[in-house]
Amino acid sequence: MGNDKRVEHLRDMIEIRLFENAVFDLRVSGEYVGSTHLYNGQEAIAVGACAALGEGDAVFSTYRGHGWAMARGVPALSLFAELLNRTGGICEGRGGSAYFTAPDHGFFGENSIVGAGAPIAVGAALAAKYDDSDRVTLTAFGDGAMNQGAVTEAMNFAATFDLPVIFVCENNSYSELTPIRDMVREQDLTRRPEALGIPAQKIDGNDVVAVEAAISGAVAEIRSKSGPVFFEMMTQRLQGHYVGDPEHYRPKGEIESYKDIEPIARLRRELNSNGITDAELEQITAEASKTIDRALSQAKMLPGLEQTAVRDVREHVYG
Amino acid sequence: MVEQAGVNYGGAINAALRRCLAEDERTIFFGEDVGKPGGVFGVSKGLHAEFGNRVFDTPISETAMIGAGVGAAMMGMRPVVEIMWLDFAMVAFDQIVNQAANVRYVSNGKLSAPLTIRTQQGYLPGSCAQHAQNLEAFLLHVPGIRVCMPTTPQEAYDSMMSAHYCDDPVVVIENRGLYAGPKTEINIGAEPSEIGGSVLRREGSDITIVSWGPIISEVLAAGDQMPSRGIDAEIIEAVWLNPFDWNGLIRSVKKTRRLLVVHEANVTGGFGGEILARVVEWDIQVSHMRRLGLPDVVVPASPVLMNELRPSAESIVAAAVEAIWCRS
Ligand SMILES: Cc1ncc(C[n+]2csc(CCOP(=O)(O)OP(=O)(O)O)c2C)c(N)n1
Ligand SMILES: [Mg+2]
Repeated sequence: MGNDKRVEHLRDMIEIRLFENAVFDLRVSGEYVGSTHLYNGQEAIAVGACAALGEGDAVFSTYRGHGWAMARGVPALSLFAELLNRTGGICEGRGGSAYFTAPDHGFFGENSIVGAGAPIAVGAALAAKYDDSDRVTLTAFGDGAMNQGAVTEAMNFAATFDLPVIFVCENNSYSELTPIRDMVREQDLTRRPEALGIPAQKIDGNDVVAVEAAISGAVAEIRSKSGPVFFEMMTQRLQGHYVGDPEHYRPKGEIESYKDIEPIARLRRELNSNGITDAELEQITAEASKTIDRALSQAKMLPGLEQTAVRDVREHVYG
Repeated sequence: MVEQAGVNYGGAINAALRRCLAEDERTIFFGEDVGKPGGVFGVSKGLHAEFGNRVFDTPISETAMIGAGVGAAMMGMRPVVEIMWLDFAMVAFDQIVNQAANVRYVSNGKLSAPLTIRTQQGYLPGSCAQHAQNLEAFLLHVPGIRVCMPTTPQEAYDSMMSAHYCDDPVVVIENRGLYAGPKTEINIGAEPSEIGGSVLRREGSDITIVSWGPIISEVLAAGDQMPSRGIDAEIIEAVWLNPFDWNGLIRSVKKTRRLLVVHEANVTGGFGGEILARVVEWDIQVSHMRRLGLPDVVVPASPVLMNELRPSAESIVAAAVEAIWCRS
């Protein structure tokens, strides 16, 4: 992979990071309310994976999905607007932080029930068998979700019927407040899909290049009609499970220990040693920052939902 | 009477769990993040340290959690299983509806499953569609499961104790918005009472308002506003929905001859409809009755939208005014 593409990935990851930082501030200052799960630290997975997917492919994420929405190209403006109760929000206030949904971008939504996205993604893959598309479906979920029966059922269903789906387990080492290592006996999560007959691989989820390569390979294979694939992407989250999480369970110094391995620092270092100067890197950050700041100030200028709420609130329960 | 000074709603539940664990060897308590972290809402703080492996964290596997509760209860334990949100119990409804509820009946009474499922539900500003539903009616439809919805520290303590010593499965539905509420003195020494019962929260003569869950605070506020509109409301909080205090309800309605049921759950299929139907079936003469609930809409994440839907003190007063001044 050349420097240009790496720079693009870096920019995308920084935009997600800055978007999430802005969301954190908005939530903490009370500019909006509602439970919010940030993607800080896991950016390489969404950015690398989405770089390998085509426009017609489908992505299903969890509530920790702001980064997935952005990596699929959903404009930050519409995401800020959704959080800030503005018209023009991606779901006009109905979804909120945990249900960003943008089918136009091949993003079939976040989901707030642990593990629930996996069977639905399998259904999207099932549809591809009948609708003559070469669509690949990708579903992302956490390490904790591996313990939800729905995920095992979904994997076996996909394996049994050779469905074109990529399971991405983002292992950030915590299921909410509890370390995943305490909630499984077999620490290697790839062994479960393997036992179901699904090829499975552990990937360094902090390495955007490795993520893209892994997903590209899987997409190529799946498009040529092979069945499901599973990746355990090793990563970390750099903040609480949700905004406001006091993180008592986190050992002292853990977050600092991620400083050099988290995906953005890592890619910056790599680009640095490939000859990209510090000034150039700073320029990328400054541009990303401008993009996010602009999106936020534009969102704040949109009319509030108050103006349409009375008329519209009951719409979209049925078609 | 042993009083515990200054506990909030969450603290009261913690005190009840501690007492169950201390006085009843059969008690085990488990759920996601309830052990070492002490619960996502801090309700089980200190219990793992005090009771060791009788209080433990589980994988995110609600079916296994509730099923394990059913099986352990069949063997004579008194499990308390925490399901973080009632919305999440939907992934394990088989274990509640087909399994726990049926153990006693299909075995002709030879077996029972005395487990307590502690959970919480409801809307708080910004709660999203899958974290805000009021689903008690699903449970009330199923014979074999008891259900309560306490809202004060004392109610929370008492209903947890009654649930624990009940010989059938009980679902205790709490509310996360109440856990960190005001502290009050509660009585923690009494013998656990039988399950069931309601609380008369306001005496009045013009209209009976029955409600449950945290929306009761809107109902009480409405009751306080009504005298200025010439209405004296009687307010009953149904802490227990199964068994429901039908006698208390009938007594009140026979006095006021008007009935308003307020719940946060959706109107259609809500338990309010069941209450109204019984009043009709029992031929209790009333001049007016109705129910207020969420108007069959998915809960929107935006509080701006939700404010259009959720019953409020204002809409409750308006319903009472209509019942009394427009219909009589
Ligand atoms: C069925 C269900 N059970 C419990 C929860 C509460 N919950 C939300 S996120 C979470 C932890 C999930 O951990 P993991 O799958 O590792 O994802 P992460 O949050 O780390 O991205 C839990 C227990 C839920 N939303 N749905
Ligand atoms: Mg995790």
